[in-house]
Amino acid sequence: MTPLIAARGLSIRHGETTVLAHVDFTIHPGEIVTVVGPNGSGKSTLIRALIGLEPAAEGRVDRASGLRIGYVPQKLHIDASLPMTVRRFLSLPKRVSDRAARAALARTGVEGLEMRQLARLSGGQFQRVLLARALLAEPQILILDEPTQGLDQPATAAFYHLIEEVRAQTDCAVLLVSHDLHVVMSASDRVICLNGHVCCEGTPKVVSAAPEYRALFGHGTGGAFALYRHEHDHDHEAGACAHDHGDHDHHEHHHDPA
Amino acid sequence: MTTATTITMSTIMTLLDDFLIRAALAGIGLTLATGPLGAFVVWRRMAYFGDATAHAAILGVALSFGFGLSVYIGTLAVALGMALTVASLSGRGHAMDTVLGVLAHSALAFGLVAASFFSGLRVDLSAWLFGDILAVSRADLAIVWGGALAVLGLMLWRWQGLLTATLNEELAQASGLNPRRERLALTLALALTVAVSIKIVGALLIAALLIIPAATARQLARTPEAMAMGAVGCGAASVMAGLLASMQFDTPAGPSIVAAAACLFVLSLGVRRRA
Repeated sequence: MTPLIAARGLSIRHGETTVLAHVDFTIHPGEIVTVVGPNGSGKSTLIRALIGLEPAAEGRVDRASGLRIGYVPQKLHIDASLPMTVRRFLSLPKRVSDRAARAALARTGVEGLEMRQLARLSGGQFQRVLLARALLAEPQILILDEPTQGLDQPATAAFYHLIEEVRAQTDCAVLLVSHDLHVVMSASDRVICLNGHVCCEGTPKVVSAAPEYRALFGHGTGGAFALYRHEHDHDHEAGACAHDHGDHDHHEHHHDPA
Repeated sequence: MTTATTITMSTIMTLLDDFLIRAALAGIGLTLATGPLGAFVVWRRMAYFGDATAHAAILGVALSFGFGLSVYIGTLAVALGMALTVASLSGRGHAMDTVLGVLAHSALAFGLVAASFFSGLRVDLSAWLFGDILAVSRADLAIVWGGALAVLGLMLWRWQGLLTATLNEELAQASGLNPRRERLALTLALALTVAVSIKIVGALLIAALLIIPAATARQLARTPEAMAMGAVGCGAASVMAGLLASMQFDTPAGPSIVAAAACLFVLSLGVRRRA
């Protein structure tokens, strides 16, 4: 099966800093892949690169031709100077009929918000409107970059439940960047741990078997740190985990991708 | 040609002999471009960007006189150069506020210095700094309308893409748009607008004509389109009010137009509070 998006040996530099080094990544139709990693680990950069917004310093990104991407950004700052109703937003960039707009909002559980200003929505409503817009493109892949940031626990759980529902209906691939691994884990086919490079990769079962994972993900945020320190009880891709596990100071924790 | 058309045509021609009518038409034509473009300048926080481009136009005026070019060509070339420079810098994470401040004011300073080499221009410099809408000729009128319609056409053509890219670049890219191309379209539109408006409001006040009507329209608009059209309306009303005030009180026309726009903005604040 041809992958929807494939990155091979991808390195990204911002000036002198190497943000991502030698990343191999593929996602196939219908797959659910979760990317986790600490802040500054290059998760959002990877997403931007996969979409085509970050030029590769090395390696390449291939997207299936004519790939329809439904993208839900981490946060969408609506400048106060820009008036935008929910209805108008759903027609960007492609105009959709009132009927399609109504159906999309109903599907994500926020029917009747058409005339509301985007900037006045609650966090949960806003994410659902973003998802509704993404679904209107009938995407082959849904890319969600920490979509539940700023939502409380019930809203987060409800949002992920909705994603699973949508995925079951449409069978589209889902690429998720998240700190809330404990919520989405069961549905993921693969989990990729990123920290400037791919630290490790595996099924959720393998990853969740790591004791550090259980210890840290029980305590909410910061859990992503756990993953790249877990016991190596599973096989890695060649050279995937080259970091020093004896080092307990995460801020000093240095990975040499070379 | 029927007699009726002949009469209409000749009436129009006679009307165009009136400098005040020409001024009003030039100003209203210009607002067709500054309305929608101004909305984007406000949404994308490009106010200083507009300033830098407009101030560079003075350098363009000086160079046009130096090389015996049409002022419109010289202004367009320099404004475009400045706009492209700023646009490329902004993609590289410089501290834009400072960079734009440096560029905007040095462009103005170099323009004024260059202008001093041409004695004829020195006398007339205030016309380029503050505009001389009452001296608009029929040829100017054609250029202003031509340029404004070109800008308007460009914006209408790219509208959905421009709007999506303005909202969020990742969102635009994921939808298969190219945010850099949309930015380039705006840059081009800005340079063209500066070139055709320098004679009307002058280099120092072009940015005001972009920003103030759009900010006024924001108070009442619920959609981007309503805001852009409102900005055209506010701009046109400001042109008319400014010209009338200028005749009434014998004040300079360009600054009077901007002052009228500012008064409309203040009024709009009151309207919003009641709404």
